[in-house]
Amino acid sequence: MEFIFYFGDVFTPINFGLLLIGTIGGLILGATPGLSPTMAVALLIPFTFQLEATQGLILLGAAYTSTVAGGAVSAILLKIPGAPANIATTLDGHTMAQNGQGTKALQLSFLSSAIGGIFGVMLLIFLTPVLAKWALAFGPSHLFWLAILGVTVIGTLDSKSVVKGLLSGCIGLWLATIGFDDIMGAQRFIFHDALGGGINIIAALIGLFAIPQVISMFAKGRQDEGAEVLEVQKHSILDAFRELLRFPRAMGIGMATGSIIGLIPGVGGQIAGLVAYDQTKKFSPDTEKFGKGHPEGVIAAEAANNAMVGPSLVPLLTLSIPGSPTAAVLLGGLLIHGIFPGSDLFDNHPDVAWTFINSMLIGQVLMCLFGLYVAGLAARVAQVPQSLMAAVVLGLAVFGSYSVQSSMGDVYVMAALGIMMYFLERFGFSAAPLVLGLILGPIAESNFIQGSMIANATDGMVPYFLTGGLNIFLIVVVVVSVAYSGWMELRSRRFVSKEELMV
Amino acid sequence: MKKLLAGAALAVMTLTGGAVLAEESYPERPLMLMVSYGAGGATDFQARIVTMTSGNEDALGMPIAILNKPGAGGRVGWNWLADQADADGYTLGAYNVPHFIAQSIKGGVSYGVDSFEPIANWGADPAVLVVGADSEFNTLQDVVDFATANPGKLTTSGAGLFVGHHIAALQMEKAGDFKMAYIPTKGGGAAAMKAVIAGEVLAGINNLSDAFRAREAGNVKILAVADLERNEFLPDVPTMKEAGLDVDNASVNFRGIMVPKGTPQPIIDKLAATVPTMFENGRVQGKMKAGGSPMHIMTREEVLAMWQKRQETLSELLAGL
Repeated sequence: MEFIFYFGDVFTPINFGLLLIGTIGGLILGATPGLSPTMAVALLIPFTFQLEATQGLILLGAAYTSTVAGGAVSAILLKIPGAPANIATTLDGHTMAQNGQGTKALQLSFLSSAIGGIFGVMLLIFLTPVLAKWALAFGPSHLFWLAILGVTVIGTLDSKSVVKGLLSGCIGLWLATIGFDDIMGAQRFIFHDALGGGINIIAALIGLFAIPQVISMFAKGRQDEGAEVLEVQKHSILDAFRELLRFPRAMGIGMATGSIIGLIPGVGGQIAGLVAYDQTKKFSPDTEKFGKGHPEGVIAAEAANNAMVGPSLVPLLTLSIPGSPTAAVLLGGLLIHGIFPGSDLFDNHPDVAWTFINSMLIGQVLMCLFGLYVAGLAARVAQVPQSLMAAVVLGLAVFGSYSVQSSMGDVYVMAALGIMMYFLERFGFSAAPLVLGLILGPIAESNFIQGSMIANATDGMVPYFLTGGLNIFLIVVVVVSVAYSGWMELRSRRFVSKEELMV
Repeated sequence: MKKLLAGAALAVMTLTGGAVLAEESYPERPLMLMVSYGAGGATDFQARIVTMTSGNEDALGMPIAILNKPGAGGRVGWNWLADQADADGYTLGAYNVPHFIAQSIKGGVSYGVDSFEPIANWGADPAVLVVGADSEFNTLQDVVDFATANPGKLTTSGAGLFVGHHIAALQMEKAGDFKMAYIPTKGGGAAAMKAVIAGEVLAGINNLSDAFRAREAGNVKILAVADLERNEFLPDVPTMKEAGLDVDNASVNFRGIMVPKGTPQPIIDKLAATVPTMFENGRVQGKMKAGGSPMHIMTREEVLAMWQKRQETLSELLAGL
């Protein structure tokens, strides 16, 4: 309970002011496509040179939590996920916004973000020593199976057909091989200079989600039926809260998945939202409502990606190993003040450590308040005429993909993938499984290569990959997940209605 | 007509005069330093610290902005600097030796030591041999004995192929005439360190600064430093040579600033004279020390000699691969 003693420090005028700046700035940065949490935090590091250690960390902590949540804004309103963490939010969130329920979607997303986020930070406060052991338990073989588990999710994620879902997943896995491979340095499919570093995930996200939309908006032209003015429904915050309480299952699954996945170094928050979304869908009685603007989808995804924030810092704060790119940037923020994470941090600088953690806790609340305040205004974006909207989204897409690493190459990649996705969508393929393939491919590949190198030097492949409690557990989950997808596909084929056959 | 000619001559004169002036008054606008690793990595972090006083009057008088071009172990950024960057003195690049030299020897990239002009070196991070805190190995000799008795069984993690850690592993194998299993990890030194702490591998080669922090946290033992002298951060840890393996400093990760070939000589000279004093600034030194990042300031001449020496050593070492 040591952390309570340091709550006062958060509320000194300077600290609280920085917390406000970090939170509001973080929301804006997060809502800008292309500015991922990692980049937002990295941009702020030079400012912390001038600040004291505690103050610097308050700024960084607040920015980290609120950029993750801010990404939901562009995901819901523009269908551009600001970071991989927000991919799952687009699936139901954007559909809700198109139905005029943008206010509700934003309110739900901020509320579930805050609750998930507080849960995650609480885990960080109370269970850090236990969780640290967990984080180390995942070696290459386990991460490989975990990635395979993610691949099995692909089939059932946001597609009408399992086969098409798996096919888009395969396209994603293939795209992931482009570039110099990270372990051997071999060159694969580099036909253009822009591809040397592989497909940048943020540029790909923007292209795959935003461009097909822009093209369809332009395709409608100035036809009158495309220009009908959408009624943006008002939605009170109290109602949003009640709505949230109606779906405790989505909330629970989101928080649990987010915190477990956030803990594992190297996998991080990229897939937390997607896995939580998929699990909630499988356990929900309203499976068929998902993807059509179902609140549960938004709640699960946002609860998960904010619950991941706290646990993702466990390996950094206890073992001094940054588990995610953002944690690596935070490590820099600590080192600049001569503070080494690990036992040194909690023993010799408890004021810094606990004030930092507390500021994330209070940052969640502030973020939620501001988010709810702007939700009503922001939802009006849906009323902007489509021809105008298309131009704005296109502009943001180019800006966002360029700003990732100041490279025109990323813009070309974004455009090419976007045009490809436009045609794929017309044939019933969907972007989410493709992106999941793109994210999981490198994780599976590098861990397999690393694992097999270790295995060949020690016990051999079979014992390394197939024995041990955690391996067997993960393999069983993979098998169950594949079987479930197969069963769903068979069942849905049996019940195909005439209406669907027409499509 | 005469007037026109005179006018043209005047214009030419002002233009050339202007060019001379441009070099004298350089820099007139902020500079850009390309870092070929992601924001928050060790190179990026150090680059931001060592350039933070650049706007001071006694330094360049203009700030330096960091531009990250990460990807493929640094190849993307260095390719960009060699092929596409303007050689106007306003585009600088951060180098990592032995990385970019080893990559150019291995091939598939459009740069080599001759594509760039070094300005100055700011840091040197030696590779060290680490084992888990509860490992049975206590000295470098223990590790060598194990590797000799069990060829190819000593799993050793490092940050990738053709980086300092890999070079150190190759040198150790050559010096001790044994075989180990070098495991390159994706995700840099942090992932390689995690593998050691979690017991996934028997030993690891890692950056001195990261290993120092891990030892402070009580997670690892550091058995030897692959450098010519003991390090001020780790006075109790012997060099590889002292501990019985003939390994020199070819794997030390040197970081510094360079410009693309073709940058005007007066500008190179001016940078080479100013940048080392910028590194010597007290605030820079303080921040670097606080972060556990060893500094090693070298002038342009010293770096040129160091690059040439690395080129020879690495060509020989990597010839058989």
